[in-house]
Amino acid sequence: MKTINALISASNVSVIRHHKSILKNIDIQINKNDFITIIGPNGAGKTMLLKCLMGFYKPNFGKIQKKDKLKIGYMPQSINVINTMPMTVKNFITVRKKYDDISFKQVVSEIDIRQLVDKQLSVLSGGEMQRVLLARSLLNNPDLLVLDEPAQNLDISGQLSFYKLIQEIYSKRDISILMVSHDLHLVMVSTKKVLCLSNHICCSGKPQQVAQDPEFISMFGKDMANMMAVYQHTNHTSQIDNHLIDGEIK
Amino acid sequence: MSYYGESIAHSSLLGVGLGILLGTGINFGIIVVCLLFGILFLWLQQSKILSTDTLLGVLAHLALSIGIIVISLNRIKIDIHAFLFGDILTVSTNDLWMMYLGVILVIFLVSFNWSSLLLVTFDEDLARAEGINPIYINLLLTTILTIVVAVSLQIIGLLLITAMLIIPAATSRRLANSPEQMALIATLIGIFSVILGIFLSVEIDAPSGPSIVVISATLFFLSYLFNFLIKKD
Repeated sequence: MKTINALISASNVSVIRHHKSILKNIDIQINKNDFITIIGPNGAGKTMLLKCLMGFYKPNFGKIQKKDKLKIGYMPQSINVINTMPMTVKNFITVRKKYDDISFKQVVSEIDIRQLVDKQLSVLSGGEMQRVLLARSLLNNPDLLVLDEPAQNLDISGQLSFYKLIQEIYSKRDISILMVSHDLHLVMVSTKKVLCLSNHICCSGKPQQVAQDPEFISMFGKDMANMMAVYQHTNHTSQIDNHLIDGEIK
Repeated sequence: MSYYGESIAHSSLLGVGLGILLGTGINFGIIVVCLLFGILFLWLQQSKILSTDTLLGVLAHLALSIGIIVISLNRIKIDIHAFLFGDILTVSTNDLWMMYLGVILVIFLVSFNWSSLLLVTFDEDLARAEGINPIYINLLLTTILTIVVAVSLQIIGLLLITAMLIIPAATSRRLANSPEQMALIATLIGIFSVILGIFLSVEIDAPSGPSIVVISATLFFLSYLFNFLIKKD
């Protein structure tokens, strides 16, 4: 196998399940310091694409290459917390991880979960659980962070602060991010590249390019395209802050 | 998935029958049949044709029925009652050695794979992302359950083995703060229930399995009462 520069590179990947084509001829490269957001309707194969890229499943056709010793941090949509098993947050974050005390403390303060570490998993709220999952995925200092609809179960202010956190992690760490998200207007400001998926790649590129793509407009409607255009014209950090304040007043 | 253990236990009667029929011995028969059954179940579950509950409901009772048919058609002279509900008097010194061996093997398998077992229990995808193949861990779990069923069949009986898989753990859940504590406390509660249950069965001349389960369930209710009283203060 020849060595590759990209963290993960997929060429001509197709996945067929139950006689249905889930992914069709996908080409994608994830490079160092990329921030790629995958969007697309339900059933578009977004989660399948993530799982194939991470190597959970082998595609039926095509090739996926991973860089040697690539460290991936994965944050699933949600996990099923089993009430029949007691477990503290600290215990959960560190289970099966090689870590030292310093990196644990660093992650805890980065994600701001100091007050949660001794709590039982079963008492956490949805937003707290997402932060704990994020902390777990970051503990080993991954080269690539893979997030699957990370803010799906959060309310709007929770979503805003979560994406702000992701943005901070991206700017502070030497990390690439690959994310599936429905919250287009919220991620537009931080993501570098958007990939619009509907079993095949409809369009991809910088957010503003994608927003003007006819395929994107036909899939998400003109309103969404306009909304994205509005979001890009303003400075993003102040945009998020304004929203938080808006949310509180209402 | 607690009933996964029950299904494996139900299939053990077929193992008993075949073991006697083929002259390989009961323990060998149980281990082979239970393992095959567990693997069949995992394979069917992966293919996602049926829901897990339906699958377990069908397979468990099918296995039990085939076991009883095999035993009665061949007129194998065993006390089915003893296998269903447990009879401590059928345990020989040889069986005791098998139990010691089984216990050591289970402790070894569980403690060496503890964190992987925990992570797969939480989320299979999270485990996959960290390089664990959940299929291997599920196979490991099947092996562990098979050993547990094989060594406890004669004492507890196959209809009640699930009780010992669930009740001590549920009791210990009330008292523990971590999975490790829970496993340890559950083990102690299990040992205590077996000892007290055997005394009870001698005292009132009852089968050992049900006596052990009654003690174990009593401890379960006591732990709830205890918790309730503590929270009241």
